[in-house]
Amino acid sequence: MKTEHLISLLANQVQAVDARRVGRRLLVYWAAGSMVSVLLLAGAMRFNPGLLEVAQRGMFWARGSICASLALAALMAVERLGRPAARLGLVPVGVALPVIAMWLLAIVVLLNAPSRDRVSLVLGHTAFVCPWLITFLAVPPLVALFCALRGAAPTRLRLAGAAAGFAAGASGALVYTLHCPELAPPFFATWYLLGMLIPAALGACLGQRLLRW
Amino acid sequence: MREDRLKELLVHGLSGDGTMYRLFLEELSTHLRAYLRRRLASLPDDAEDLLQELLLAIHNQRHTYDPSLPLTPWVQAIARYKLTDLHRRRERHEALEDSLDDHALFTTVDHEAAEARHDIERLLNLLPHRQRLPILCVKIEGTSVSDAARRTGMSESAVKVGIHRGLKALAAKLGSGT
Repeated sequence: MKTEHLISLLANQVQAVDARRVGRRLLVYWAAGSMVSVLLLAGAMRFNPGLLEVAQRGMFWARGSICASLALAALMAVERLGRPAARLGLVPVGVALPVIAMWLLAIVVLLNAPSRDRVSLVLGHTAFVCPWLITFLAVPPLVALFCALRGAAPTRLRLAGAAAGFAAGASGALVYTLHCPELAPPFFATWYLLGMLIPAALGACLGQRLLRW
Repeated sequence: MREDRLKELLVHGLSGDGTMYRLFLEELSTHLRAYLRRRLASLPDDAEDLLQELLLAIHNQRHTYDPSLPLTPWVQAIARYKLTDLHRRRERHEALEDSLDDHALFTTVDHEAAEARHDIERLLNLLPHRQRLPILCVKIEGTSVSDAARRTGMSESAVKVGIHRGLKALAAKLGSGT
Protein backbone atom coordinates (compact mmCIF):
# COMPACT_ATOMS: atom_id res chain seq x y z
CA MET A 1 0.00 0.00 0.00
CA LYS A 2 1.19 3.47 -0.79
CA THR A 3 1.64 5.82 2.11
CA GLU A 4 -0.59 8.45 0.47
CA HIS A 5 -3.45 5.93 0.49
CA LEU A 6 -2.93 5.29 4.16
CA ILE A 7 -2.99 9.05 4.82
CA SER A 8 -6.27 9.37 2.90
CA LEU A 9 -7.67 6.52 4.92
CA LEU A 10 -6.68 8.11 8.21
CA ALA A 11 -7.78 11.65 7.33
CA ASN A 12 -11.10 10.69 5.76
CA GLN A 13 -14.00 11.69 8.04
CA VAL A 14 -11.61 12.09 10.94
CA GLN A 15 -13.30 12.33 14.33
CA ALA A 16 -12.55 15.13 16.76
CA VAL A 17 -10.68 13.96 19.86
CA ASP A 18 -10.29 15.54 23.27
CA ALA A 19 -6.87 15.67 24.93
CA ARG A 20 -8.53 15.36 28.35
CA ARG A 21 -9.63 11.83 27.45
CA VAL A 22 -6.44 10.32 28.92
CA GLY A 23 -7.11 11.78 32.36
CA ARG A 24 -10.83 11.08 32.35
CA ARG A 25 -10.32 7.46 31.39
CA LEU A 26 -7.73 7.01 34.16
CA LEU A 27 -10.07 8.49 36.75
CA VAL A 28 -13.04 6.36 35.73
CA TYR A 29 -11.00 3.14 35.70
CA TRP A 30 -9.31 4.03 38.97
CA ALA A 31 -12.65 4.71 40.66
CA ALA A 32 -14.06 1.42 39.39
CA GLY A 33 -10.97 -0.49 40.57
CA SER A 34 -11.09 1.13 44.00
CA MET A 35 -14.78 0.25 44.37
CA VAL A 36 -13.86 -3.38 43.75
CA SER A 37 -11.22 -3.06 46.49
CA VAL A 38 -13.89 -1.86 48.93
CA LEU A 39 -16.07 -4.86 48.03
CA LEU A 40 -13.07 -7.13 48.43
CA LEU A 41 -12.42 -5.64 51.87
CA ALA A 42 -16.05 -6.10 52.87
CA GLY A 43 -16.11 -9.68 51.60
CA ALA A 44 -12.68 -11.02 52.53
CA MET A 45 -11.60 -8.98 55.57
CA ARG A 46 -14.57 -7.09 57.06
CA PHE A 47 -14.62 -3.44 58.13
CA ASN A 48 -13.03 -2.46 61.41
CA PRO A 49 -15.82 -3.13 63.97
CA GLY A 50 -14.74 -0.04 65.92
CA LEU A 51 -14.76 2.12 62.79
CA LEU A 52 -17.27 4.70 64.02
CA GLU A 53 -15.31 5.18 67.20
CA VAL A 54 -11.95 5.30 65.44
CA ALA A 55 -13.31 7.81 62.93
CA GLN A 56 -13.53 10.36 65.70
CA ARG A 57 -9.75 10.32 66.11
CA GLY A 58 -7.76 12.90 64.18
CA MET A 59 -5.07 10.34 63.37
CA PHE A 60 -7.60 8.24 61.46
CA TRP A 61 -8.15 11.14 59.06
CA ALA A 62 -4.46 12.06 58.93
CA ARG A 63 -3.63 8.50 57.90
CA GLY A 64 -6.38 8.49 55.28
CA SER A 65 -5.40 11.91 53.93
CA ILE A 66 -1.80 10.83 53.49
CA CYS A 67 -2.89 7.74 51.53
CA ALA A 68 -5.33 9.80 49.46
CA SER A 69 -2.81 12.48 48.58
CA LEU A 70 -0.27 9.84 47.61
CA ALA A 71 -2.86 8.18 45.37
CA LEU A 72 -3.73 11.53 43.79
CA ALA A 73 -0.11 12.53 43.15
CA ALA A 74 0.68 9.11 41.68
CA LEU A 75 -2.39 9.29 39.43
CA MET A 76 -1.15 12.62 38.11
CA ALA A 77 2.18 10.98 37.37
CA VAL A 78 0.42 8.16 35.53
CA GLU A 79 -1.57 10.66 33.45
CA ARG A 80 1.62 12.39 32.37
CA LEU A 81 3.52 9.18 31.74
CA GLY A 82 0.67 8.10 29.44
CA ARG A 83 1.68 10.84 27.01
CA PRO A 84 4.82 10.69 24.85
CA ALA A 85 7.43 13.26 25.90
CA ALA A 86 5.29 14.74 28.68
CA ARG A 87 7.32 16.05 31.59
CA LEU A 88 6.71 15.06 35.19
CA GLY A 89 7.47 18.58 36.44
CA LEU A 90 6.69 18.94 40.13
CA VAL A 91 4.66 15.73 40.39
CA PRO A 92 7.51 13.75 42.07
CA VAL A 93 7.55 16.45 44.77
CA GLY A 94 3.84 15.85 45.22
CA VAL A 95 4.59 12.18 45.85
CA ALA A 96 7.49 12.94 48.20
CA LEU A 97 5.68 15.46 50.43
CA PRO A 98 3.11 13.07 52.00
CA VAL A 99 5.89 10.52 52.56
CA ILE A 100 8.04 13.12 54.32
CA ALA A 101 5.01 14.29 56.32
CA MET A 102 4.28 10.81 57.65
CA TRP A 103 7.92 10.15 58.44
CA LEU A 104 8.17 13.41 60.39
CA LEU A 105 5.01 12.48 62.26
CA ALA A 106 6.48 9.06 63.03
CA ILE A 107 9.77 10.54 64.25
CA VAL A 108 7.99 13.00 66.54
CA VAL A 109 5.87 10.21 68.03
CA LEU A 110 8.91 7.95 68.52
CA LEU A 111 10.98 10.69 70.17
CA ASN A 112 8.19 11.47 72.61
CA ALA A 113 7.56 7.85 73.52
CA PRO A 114 9.38 6.05 76.35
CA SER A 115 12.12 3.92 74.80
CA ARG A 116 10.56 0.60 75.89
CA ASP A 117 7.44 1.38 73.80
CA ARG A 118 9.22 2.30 70.59
CA VAL A 119 9.50 -1.15 69.07
CA SER A 120 5.83 -1.90 69.68
CA LEU A 121 4.87 1.47 68.15
CA VAL A 122 6.59 0.43 64.92
CA LEU A 123 5.45 -3.18 64.88
CA GLY A 124 1.91 -2.77 66.23
CA HIS A 125 -0.02 -6.03 66.17
CA THR A 126 -0.34 -6.56 62.42
CA ALA A 127 2.99 -5.50 60.91
CA PHE A 128 3.62 -8.70 59.00
CA VAL A 129 0.23 -9.01 57.34
CA CYS A 130 -0.33 -5.30 56.66
CA PRO A 131 1.84 -4.84 53.50
CA TRP A 132 0.44 -8.01 51.97
CA LEU A 133 -3.17 -7.11 52.64
CA ILE A 134 -2.56 -3.69 51.08
CA THR A 135 -0.97 -5.38 48.07
CA PHE A 136 -4.01 -7.64 47.84
CA LEU A 137 -6.36 -4.64 47.87
CA ALA A 138 -4.16 -2.89 45.29
CA VAL A 139 -4.76 -5.59 42.68
CA PRO A 140 -8.12 -4.26 41.35
CA PRO A 141 -6.92 -0.66 40.87
CA LEU A 142 -3.66 -1.96 39.41
CA VAL A 143 -5.52 -3.99 36.79
CA ALA A 144 -7.84 -1.03 36.12
CA LEU A 145 -4.99 1.46 35.71
CA PHE A 146 -3.12 -0.87 33.37
CA CYS A 147 -6.28 -1.20 31.27
CA ALA A 148 -6.63 2.59 31.22
CA LEU A 149 -2.98 3.01 30.22
CA ARG A 150 -3.54 0.64 27.31
CA GLY A 151 -5.66 3.45 25.88
CA ALA A 152 -2.75 5.89 26.15
CA ALA A 153 0.79 5.91 24.79
CA PRO A 154 3.40 5.47 27.53
CA THR A 155 6.94 5.51 26.16
CA ARG A 156 8.73 4.83 29.46
CA LEU A 157 7.03 1.56 30.21
CA ARG A 158 8.81 0.62 33.43
CA LEU A 159 8.25 4.03 35.00
CA ALA A 160 4.62 4.22 33.86
CA GLY A 161 4.05 0.73 35.30
CA ALA A 162 5.71 1.69 38.58
CA ALA A 163 3.62 4.86 38.87
CA ALA A 164 0.43 2.91 38.17
CA GLY A 165 1.50 0.32 40.77
CA PHE A 166 2.22 3.00 43.36
CA ALA A 167 -1.11 4.73 42.69
CA ALA A 168 -2.82 1.35 43.09
CA GLY A 169 -0.87 0.68 46.30
CA ALA A 170 -1.88 4.04 47.78
CA SER A 171 -5.52 3.39 46.81
CA GLY A 172 -5.30 -0.07 48.37
CA ALA A 173 -3.87 1.50 51.55
CA LEU A 174 -6.67 4.06 51.60
CA VAL A 175 -9.26 1.29 51.44
CA TYR A 176 -7.32 -0.70 54.03
CA THR A 177 -7.69 2.15 56.56
CA LEU A 178 -11.35 1.03 56.84
CA HIS A 179 -10.12 -2.29 58.24
CA CYS A 180 -6.83 -1.54 59.96
CA PRO A 181 -6.93 -0.71 63.70
CA GLU A 182 -3.37 0.65 63.82
CA LEU A 183 -3.23 4.43 64.20
CA ALA A 184 0.38 4.90 65.35
CA PRO A 185 2.33 6.95 62.75
CA PRO A 186 5.51 4.83 63.16
CA PHE A 187 3.41 1.84 62.14
CA PHE A 188 1.81 3.21 59.01
CA ALA A 189 4.86 5.24 57.96
CA THR A 190 6.65 1.89 57.69
CA TRP A 191 4.20 -0.81 56.71
CA TYR A 192 1.72 1.17 54.62
CA LEU A 193 4.59 2.53 52.58
CA LEU A 194 5.95 -0.97 52.10
CA GLY A 195 2.46 -2.04 51.04
CA MET A 196 2.54 0.67 48.36
CA LEU A 197 6.04 -0.17 47.18
CA ILE A 198 5.28 -3.85 46.55
CA PRO A 199 2.59 -3.05 43.93
CA ALA A 200 4.89 -0.35 42.52
CA ALA A 201 7.63 -2.93 41.97
CA LEU A 202 5.07 -5.31 40.51
CA GLY A 203 3.87 -2.57 38.16
CA ALA A 204 7.40 -1.79 37.02
CA CYS A 205 7.98 -5.46 36.13
CA LEU A 206 4.65 -5.89 34.38
CA GLY A 207 4.77 -2.52 32.61
CA GLN A 208 7.64 -3.52 30.38
CA ARG A 209 5.53 -6.35 28.95
CA LEU A 210 1.92 -5.29 29.23
CA LEU A 211 2.05 -1.61 28.33
CA ARG A 212 3.63 -1.98 24.89
CA TRP A 213 1.68 -0.53 22.00
CA MET B 1 8.66 27.49 11.39
CA ARG B 2 7.93 23.83 10.81
CA GLU B 3 6.93 23.20 14.40
CA ASP B 4 4.38 26.02 14.39
CA ARG B 5 2.86 25.09 11.05
CA LEU B 6 2.57 21.37 11.81
CA LYS B 7 1.19 22.08 15.23
CA GLU B 8 -1.46 24.40 13.85
CA LEU B 9 -2.49 21.78 11.28
CA LEU B 10 -2.69 19.07 13.94
CA VAL B 11 -4.69 21.21 16.35
CA HIS B 12 -7.27 21.80 13.61
CA GLY B 13 -7.18 18.10 12.83
CA LEU B 14 -7.82 17.25 16.48
CA SER B 15 -10.99 19.29 16.38
CA GLY B 16 -12.20 17.22 13.41
CA ASP B 17 -10.98 19.19 10.36
CA GLY B 18 -10.13 16.42 7.88
CA THR B 19 -8.50 18.68 5.28
CA MET B 20 -6.07 20.18 7.75
CA TYR B 21 -5.45 16.77 9.25
CA ARG B 22 -4.58 15.31 5.85
CA LEU B 23 -2.12 18.18 5.27
CA PHE B 24 -0.63 17.51 8.68
CA LEU B 25 -0.09 13.82 7.92
CA GLU B 26 1.29 14.57 4.45
CA GLU B 27 3.82 17.13 5.65
CA LEU B 28 4.71 15.10 8.69
CA SER B 29 5.31 12.02 6.56
CA THR B 30 7.92 13.81 4.43
CA HIS B 31 9.89 14.67 7.57
CA LEU B 32 9.45 11.26 9.09
CA ARG B 33 10.51 9.56 5.87
CA ALA B 34 13.76 11.50 5.74
CA TYR B 35 14.32 10.84 9.42
CA LEU B 36 13.65 7.11 9.11
CA ARG B 37 15.79 6.68 6.01
CA ARG B 38 18.68 8.22 7.90
CA ARG B 39 18.09 6.01 10.93
CA LEU B 40 17.49 2.86 8.92
CA ALA B 41 20.14 3.35 6.26
CA SER B 42 21.10 -0.29 6.60
CA LEU B 43 17.46 -1.43 6.36
CA PRO B 44 15.98 0.64 3.51
CA ASP B 45 13.06 -1.74 3.02
CA ASP B 46 11.94 -1.17 6.57
CA ALA B 47 11.78 2.60 6.34
CA GLU B 48 8.48 2.87 4.45
CA ASP B 49 6.94 0.07 6.53
CA LEU B 50 7.88 1.84 9.72
CA LEU B 51 6.70 5.17 8.36
CA GLN B 52 3.22 3.71 7.88
CA GLU B 53 3.34 2.13 11.29
CA LEU B 54 4.31 5.49 12.78
CA LEU B 55 1.54 7.35 10.96
CA LEU B 56 -1.00 4.83 12.25
CA ALA B 57 0.42 5.10 15.77
CA ILE B 58 0.35 8.90 15.67
CA HIS B 59 -3.23 8.77 14.42
CA ASN B 60 -4.36 6.26 17.03
CA GLN B 61 -2.63 8.13 19.84
CA ARG B 62 -3.45 11.66 18.72
CA HIS B 63 -5.53 12.17 21.86
CA THR B 64 -2.33 11.88 23.92
CA TYR B 65 -0.96 15.08 22.39
CA ASP B 66 -1.38 17.99 24.79
CA PRO B 67 -1.76 21.13 22.62
CA SER B 68 -0.21 23.27 25.36
CA LEU B 69 3.12 21.50 24.77
CA PRO B 70 5.39 21.65 21.69
CA LEU B 71 4.75 19.09 18.97
CA THR B 72 8.32 18.10 18.03
CA PRO B 73 9.15 16.22 21.27
CA TRP B 74 5.83 14.36 21.10
CA VAL B 75 6.45 13.12 17.56
CA GLN B 76 10.08 12.46 18.41
CA ALA B 77 9.15 10.36 21.44
CA ILE B 78 6.73 8.24 19.39
CA ALA B 79 9.26 7.82 16.57
CA ARG B 80 11.98 6.86 19.02
CA TYR B 81 9.69 4.43 20.84
CA LYS B 82 8.67 2.71 17.60
CA LEU B 83 12.26 2.59 16.33
CA THR B 84 13.42 1.05 19.58
CA ASP B 85 10.54 -1.38 19.35
CA LEU B 86 11.56 -2.32 15.81
CA HIS B 87 15.12 -2.92 16.89
CA ARG B 88 13.95 -4.92 19.88
CA ARG B 89 11.84 -7.02 17.56
CA ARG B 90 14.88 -7.59 15.40
CA GLU B 91 16.88 -8.32 18.50
CA ARG B 92 19.52 -5.89 17.51
CA HIS B 93 20.69 -4.10 20.55
CA GLU B 94 22.42 -1.21 18.92
CA ALA B 95 22.88 1.89 20.99
CA LEU B 96 20.06 3.89 19.45
CA GLU B 97 19.75 6.73 21.88
CA ASP B 98 23.12 8.24 21.09
CA SER B 99 22.38 8.58 17.41
CA LEU B 100 18.99 10.20 17.90
CA ASP B 101 19.59 13.91 17.86
CA ASP B 102 16.58 15.85 19.00
CA HIS B 103 16.35 18.69 16.57
CA ALA B 104 16.98 17.01 13.25
CA LEU B 105 13.44 15.72 12.67
CA PHE B 106 11.81 18.72 11.04
CA THR B 107 14.84 20.07 9.21
CA THR B 108 14.84 17.64 6.30
CA VAL B 109 12.17 16.28 3.95
CA ASP B 110 11.86 13.29 1.65
CA HIS B 111 8.90 13.19 -0.71
CA GLU B 112 9.85 10.08 -2.56
CA ALA B 113 7.46 7.47 -1.24
CA ALA B 114 8.37 3.89 -1.84
CA GLU B 115 5.75 1.21 -1.83
CA ALA B 116 5.63 -0.40 1.58
CA ARG B 117 5.93 -4.14 1.59
CA HIS B 118 3.01 -4.85 3.83
CA ASP B 119 -0.40 -4.56 2.34
CA ILE B 120 -2.86 -2.77 4.55
CA GLU B 121 -5.80 -3.78 2.36
CA ARG B 122 -4.92 -7.40 2.97
CA LEU B 123 -4.60 -6.79 6.70
CA LEU B 124 -7.99 -5.06 6.67
CA ASN B 125 -9.53 -8.28 5.44
CA LEU B 126 -8.29 -10.02 8.55
CA LEU B 127 -10.34 -7.74 10.80
CA PRO B 128 -13.77 -8.79 12.08
CA HIS B 129 -16.79 -7.37 10.21
CA ARG B 130 -17.68 -4.91 12.93
CA GLN B 131 -14.33 -3.21 12.46
CA ARG B 132 -13.74 -3.79 8.76
CA LEU B 133 -17.10 -2.55 7.43
CA PRO B 134 -17.00 0.84 9.20
CA ILE B 135 -13.43 1.40 8.00
CA LEU B 136 -14.35 0.49 4.43
CA CYS B 137 -17.42 2.76 4.42
CA VAL B 138 -16.15 5.77 6.30
CA LYS B 139 -12.43 5.71 5.77
CA ILE B 140 -12.08 4.33 2.26
CA GLU B 141 -15.33 5.30 0.56
CA GLY B 142 -15.72 8.47 2.59
CA THR B 143 -19.37 8.14 3.53
CA SER B 144 -20.49 9.91 6.68
CA VAL B 145 -20.73 8.05 9.97
CA SER B 146 -24.55 8.21 9.94
CA ASP B 147 -24.77 6.83 6.36
CA ALA B 148 -22.31 4.10 7.26
CA ALA B 149 -24.46 3.25 10.25
CA ARG B 150 -27.53 2.95 8.04
CA ARG B 151 -25.73 0.84 5.44
CA THR B 152 -24.16 -1.57 7.88
CA GLY B 153 -27.12 -1.73 10.25
CA MET B 154 -24.84 -0.74 13.12
CA SER B 155 -25.42 2.16 15.50
CA GLU B 156 -23.41 5.34 14.96
CA SER B 157 -21.42 4.82 18.10
CA ALA B 158 -20.72 1.22 17.05
CA VAL B 159 -19.38 2.56 13.74
CA LYS B 160 -17.07 4.98 15.57
CA VAL B 161 -15.93 2.32 18.01
CA GLY B 162 -15.39 -0.10 15.11
CA ILE B 163 -13.15 2.37 13.30
CA HIS B 164 -11.22 3.16 16.44
CA ARG B 165 -10.66 -0.46 17.41
CA GLY B 166 -10.04 -1.51 13.81
CA LEU B 167 -7.25 1.02 13.33
CA LYS B 168 -5.71 -0.08 16.63
CA ALA B 169 -5.90 -3.71 15.58
CA LEU B 170 -4.32 -2.76 12.27
CA ALA B 171 -1.47 -0.99 14.07
CA ALA B 172 -0.96 -4.08 16.24
CA LYS B 173 -0.86 -6.33 13.18
CA LEU B 174 1.70 -4.06 11.50
CA GLY B 175 3.75 -4.08 14.67
CA SER B 176 3.74 -7.83 14.99
CA GLY B 177 5.05 -8.08 11.43
CA THR B 178 2.10 -10.09 10.13
